[in-house]
Amino acid sequence: MKAFFAPMMKTHRLVLLALAVAFFGWLWWTLDWSWLPDYINNGLILAGLWTTIWMLVVSWAVGLFLAIWLGLAQASGPWYLALPAKGFCSVIRGTPLLLQLWFFYYGLGSVFPEFPWIRQSAAWEILRQSWPYALFALTLSFAGYEGEVMRGAFLGVPKGQLEAARAYGMSRGTILRRIWLPQAIRRVLPTIGGETVMQLKSTPLIATITVLDLYQVSLHIRQDTYIIYPPLLLLALTYMVITGLIVLLFRIVENQVPSKLG
Amino acid sequence: MNWLLGLFEPGHALGLLAYSPPGWGGPLLVGLAHTMEVAVGAYILGTVIGVMGAYGKLYGGPVTKDLMAVYTTCVRAIPELIEILILFYLVPEVVNQVLTGMGYGRIDLPPILVGTVVLGFVLGAYMTEVLRGAILAVPHGQVEAARAYGMSALQVARRVTLPQMLGYALPGMANLWLNLTKDTALLAVIGFNELTETSLQAGGTTKAFMLFFTAAGVLYMVISVASGRLFAMAERWARRGQPGIRGGGI
Repeated sequence: MKAFFAPMMKTHRLVLLALAVAFFGWLWWTLDWSWLPDYINNGLILAGLWTTIWMLVVSWAVGLFLAIWLGLAQASGPWYLALPAKGFCSVIRGTPLLLQLWFFYYGLGSVFPEFPWIRQSAAWEILRQSWPYALFALTLSFAGYEGEVMRGAFLGVPKGQLEAARAYGMSRGTILRRIWLPQAIRRVLPTIGGETVMQLKSTPLIATITVLDLYQVSLHIRQDTYIIYPPLLLLALTYMVITGLIVLLFRIVENQVPSKLG
Repeated sequence: MNWLLGLFEPGHALGLLAYSPPGWGGPLLVGLAHTMEVAVGAYILGTVIGVMGAYGKLYGGPVTKDLMAVYTTCVRAIPELIEILILFYLVPEVVNQVLTGMGYGRIDLPPILVGTVVLGFVLGAYMTEVLRGAILAVPHGQVEAARAYGMSALQVARRVTLPQMLGYALPGMANLWLNLTKDTALLAVIGFNELTETSLQAGGTTKAFMLFFTAAGVLYMVISVASGRLFAMAERWARRGQPGIRGGGI
């Protein structure tokens, strides 16, 4: 705690801090926050928060799993795997996420109903909603960006480590599980932390295809009450808090792994 | 070649992409032009903010440094979409309040201008960090030598620091440019008719969503591949005379 407070004890910082407190107090007193208890009580804000978080977590986990294979294919796969993987990563990284999202939602969403067997199948109940498309687009996007990161990570592991593993008689699967993947992941943990924050910052885009996430909730509040800034400011603050939590989480994980690399 | 062009005639598979009105090729190209205008404008603005921000962070007084830290931290922690939305309402309001305060009438700011300013402001935060790192990478002896020659701070920046840091900054600046061209798509959410919004309108009118989003995607890919080449050339030029890292050449 002392390490945190000591740098704050400078005159100009105290003045700036006082100005910041005054600014937030001014925001609190002059802007209209009367809507806040209603929307906390009817659960809309919590529902939005929950959607944002589970979209982030699921797309992160599945995306990272796909990215490992994409990276592996590019780093050491035969050309018929490396080329499509590279192409996939280039297309995902070269086009806006909003475009991909709309491509799946409007494009696929308008193609699916033309097939009677899809409309009659049990999956139609899910496919006619918007969140599967949002989750699909977010997952592919994260996989594309991380696939490129993982390619560099796999190539960055020293050859000697892999040769030693082979000399021990490990199979290729064992080498990947015990040596290659853990060392690759450790190298790029800071990068993945940054990319996770980027992924959080792209989740509000799913509100454009009517998924009820945090951002969509703030749009609802704006439409209901005609109040513009307070919901947006609360939204910005919420995202800053979640960003802070992600950064903290990754710092804890980074401290867990030994930092001396071969 | 004739059969290829024939595909784009009305009535053929790609007729919807024809340049003249039954097709949507013309509006798509206009959207592309808007995207490029906003991106170039925002990039110039963001670079100017970035240079000032980087110098402020490195050589500014304690208050400037802290304010810059708040700016870069906040802008990079909040989703771009929300920043764009907040600033999109805030900027015209502030401008109009200043104008009415000075006794002028209210004006309607064109969305393309507001979009450019907003994206430039957001880009400035990222650019500050990239340029700060690049300035730090310039060997300190160079700056000291320039000072020993009696150059003023501005001359040191113009003749020594800025040209030398360009080689270190360009990879990061290229990344920011690619991100920026993609971030212009966010302006579609506030109804600005850039490439993504135009392809949504085209898809909504003709029901051929897949076709138009694919076409827009191809255009975005062309931008990103072409500008990647240009930035690689620029980096080679900026690094001329420097010893190669990793055996030189990309």
